Amino acid sequence: MKKLISPFELRDLGILGMNERNIGFIGHYNQRKNYRLADNKLQTKSAALVRGIPVPELYGTVEYQFQVKNLHETLSGRDSFVIKPAQGSGGKGILVITDRDGDLFVKSSGALIDEREVRRHTSNILAGLHSLGGRNDCAMIEALIDFDPVLKDYSFEGVPDIRVIVFRGVPVMAMMRCATHSSDGKANLHQGAVGVGIDISTGKSICAVQHDRIVTQHPDTEILFDQLNIPHWQQVLELAASCASMTGLDYLGADIVLDKQGGPMLLELNARPGLAIQVANQTGLRHRLASAAKIADLTNDQAAKIRLAREQFSCTSVARGQLSINIL
Amino acid sequence: MINSKVQIGLIAGVFIALGIGLTLYKAVSLDLPLVPDQYREVWTIESKTSFAPTNTRVGSPVNVQLKLPTGQAGWVILEEHFASSGFGFSIIEESAGSSVARWTRQKLDRPTTLYYKMQTYRASQNSSLPILPIKIPQKPLLEPDQQAATDRLVDRLQKQSSNIESFVQLLLQEFLRDSPDQDTLFLLDSYEDDAFAVLMDVLAMADISAHQIRGIVLEDGRRRQTLSSLIEVYSGEQWSIFDPSTANLGLPDNFFIWQRGDGAVLNVVGGRDSSLEFALVSNSLPAKAVVGMEQRSDQYALLDFSIYTLPVEQQGIFKGLLLIPVAALVVVFMRLLVGVRTSGTFMPILIALAFIQTTLFIGLAIFLGLIGIGLWIRSYLSQLNLLLVARVATVIIMVILLMAALAVISYRLGLDQVLTVTFFPTVIVAWTIERMSILWEEEGGHEVLIQGGGSLLVAVMAYLVMSNHLVEHLTFNFPELTLSVLGVILLFGKYTGYRLSELYRFRDMGSK
Repeated sequence: MKKLISPFELRDLGILGMNERNIGFIGHYNQRKNYRLADNKLQTKSAALVRGIPVPELYGTVEYQFQVKNLHETLSGRDSFVIKPAQGSGGKGILVITDRDGDLFVKSSGALIDEREVRRHTSNILAGLHSLGGRNDCAMIEALIDFDPVLKDYSFEGVPDIRVIVFRGVPVMAMMRCATHSSDGKANLHQGAVGVGIDISTGKSICAVQHDRIVTQHPDTEILFDQLNIPHWQQVLELAASCASMTGLDYLGADIVLDKQGGPMLLELNARPGLAIQVANQTGLRHRLASAAKIADLTNDQAAKIRLAREQFSCTSVARGQLSINIL
Repeated sequence: MINSKVQIGLIAGVFIALGIGLTLYKAVSLDLPLVPDQYREVWTIESKTSFAPTNTRVGSPVNVQLKLPTGQAGWVILEEHFASSGFGFSIIEESAGSSVARWTRQKLDRPTTLYYKMQTYRASQNSSLPILPIKIPQKPLLEPDQQAATDRLVDRLQKQSSNIESFVQLLLQEFLRDSPDQDTLFLLDSYEDDAFAVLMDVLAMADISAHQIRGIVLEDGRRRQTLSSLIEVYSGEQWSIFDPSTANLGLPDNFFIWQRGDGAVLNVVGGRDSSLEFALVSNSLPAKAVVGMEQRSDQYALLDFSIYTLPVEQQGIFKGLLLIPVAALVVVFMRLLVGVRTSGTFMPILIALAFIQTTLFIGLAIFLGLIGIGLWIRSYLSQLNLLLVARVATVIIMVILLMAALAVISYRLGLDQVLTVTFFPTVIVAWTIERMSILWEEEGGHEVLIQGGGSLLVAVMAYLVMSNHLVEHLTFNFPELTLSVLGVILLFGKYTGYRLSELYRFRDMGSK
């Protein structure tokens, strides 16, 4: 196994580097004033509701410290819920409660916590512990996603989500992020979640990586990733693409979850999506972005953009064959 | 509208060319060597004479006289500069080559400071001084009990000593001792602790010709240095110098003689509360440049745009400030080209600046100690569930207490180096602890090691660059090079290529 890859090879592969992403795409295409909508999950949610984009139901918000002691009123009658900071980044500060056990709450890992602990977590969120730059924040309480049973075994103790990179309204690359035991039930690649590259044209898996290294099966559930086929794929792409016009961001990542009843729902948006998606797809972003720019120049129609993207951004069967040989 | 990339390229190119061009111009036309050769330590000494007029309401005529130093014991004075706005100013040549600066003014109604600045370096290590005429010591008139104590002291020391030099040395040691004998204690007491006056009187009673030498103990970066005194005695054949603060024979290497012999250095008529303080800065300048300055001190205009023309205090500050752009360049390089992750963008520079004061290994040990203990205490704080601002404030106070504890304990143990702990920026250390602690809770110890290690690596590299002799020489003598640094940083700002870390991160991409 190689220790390093030469920069020329990376360029040939079309890999997008951090510097180029920052200058060429985030800095060039995303206006700072549009970040707010993506960075604040409450704003994202209300903007999505206006446009009829499905989102997980909001149970309530906690804005001020004194509201923390009335938290139980908001929570009464809810057996499962998620508390998260409105401006958190990288999946930080998300508390997932799946059930109740008497007076206690059951976390997604199965651990039991009492109400005092939930209140403590909420005040930490308000103080800005999990938020960008330590700013004061507000906590939002929303419905726990009852995710599609098809995906059940692909994620361990956490909800899997699908990240779609959208450039100028064209979906260019996608990846499913599966929680693992080492990521503590979070779908965050930095913490050890598995990223599975998804073929834009078919919704089928391409390759899976954990900590930037290729894996073939989930480390906890041991399910093989090569059988993965995302349901409602067209809807997922439409949902992701419609976020572009909603936010005005030309380069963004949309995080989408599949609810058993509600189908694809928008979880959150990211104005600075990471680069690990390239490893999961075994493809560089640069060529894709260039093609996406051509598609965007060609048409303004969202349906047409998605159709062209599904035609162009497919992982050919030849490439798939080569890849599976490589993994074996 | 030109493409922003081209614009940046043009601007950066102009900056780089300007910096290098000016540097070359100075190197060629002023003979300032680019590469340091043999170094001369050039001291810039600035004296500040402060006083208040006797009568502030009406204003009173003022006459200030300051004895000026003459280069002695191998010291050469390069250039002198006087600041005296609103004052009549003249230099009066006195006998034997010494001169006095005189400031006069008819009416003065507010406290004033007068400045005299000069540059000097030691041309030779030859510390012999011209021979002074010998004066027969005038015995002072003392009270009977003082007289008796002095006689007993002189008598005892004369029995213990073999010649005049050993007598003086014994006498000085007597005064330095923790528990001097009763006569000495009595004398000190009756002279109101003016040990120097006691010394001079005792020497006179012992029939030894002596006078004082006043001058400055040279310490780089001192702002409020005052005059110190040495004692010079005639031993029968020659003059010998003693340092009363150590009882050592000979002129200390770091002593700049301001005036040899008795008499006031500063004389203020029509003023009160006068004080004389010195600010000192040392620069290592190449020998060639020093010689050049000496030859051309009349056509000084050539160096008019250099930092040397600033007051000494600001020179000292700029000496440090001009190094920061280089450290910033290191940070930019390490983050954008190598891809090292650091906690806090420019925190490594502040740590590196602290390292300059503490030296590298002690600095590293102190820093790791502070962060380690801080994280340990902080882990307890996180159980207390405090609000963020209060928590960080708690950490700041904790860090200050830790620093105080470290300083006190190490001083007790005799580890003076650890006292430099005070140079670490408290608030930055506190935020580092807070950030590391949150990082630990959220991403685990692994990430803390990566970011903490990255920060330290960058800090150490910045330190190594900043403490490099050549870099120090270039940034201070050719400050225009900072423009070139700026140009390079601007170019880095448009670098869209891969980072070194990405060659590792995407190593599996090529396996197709």
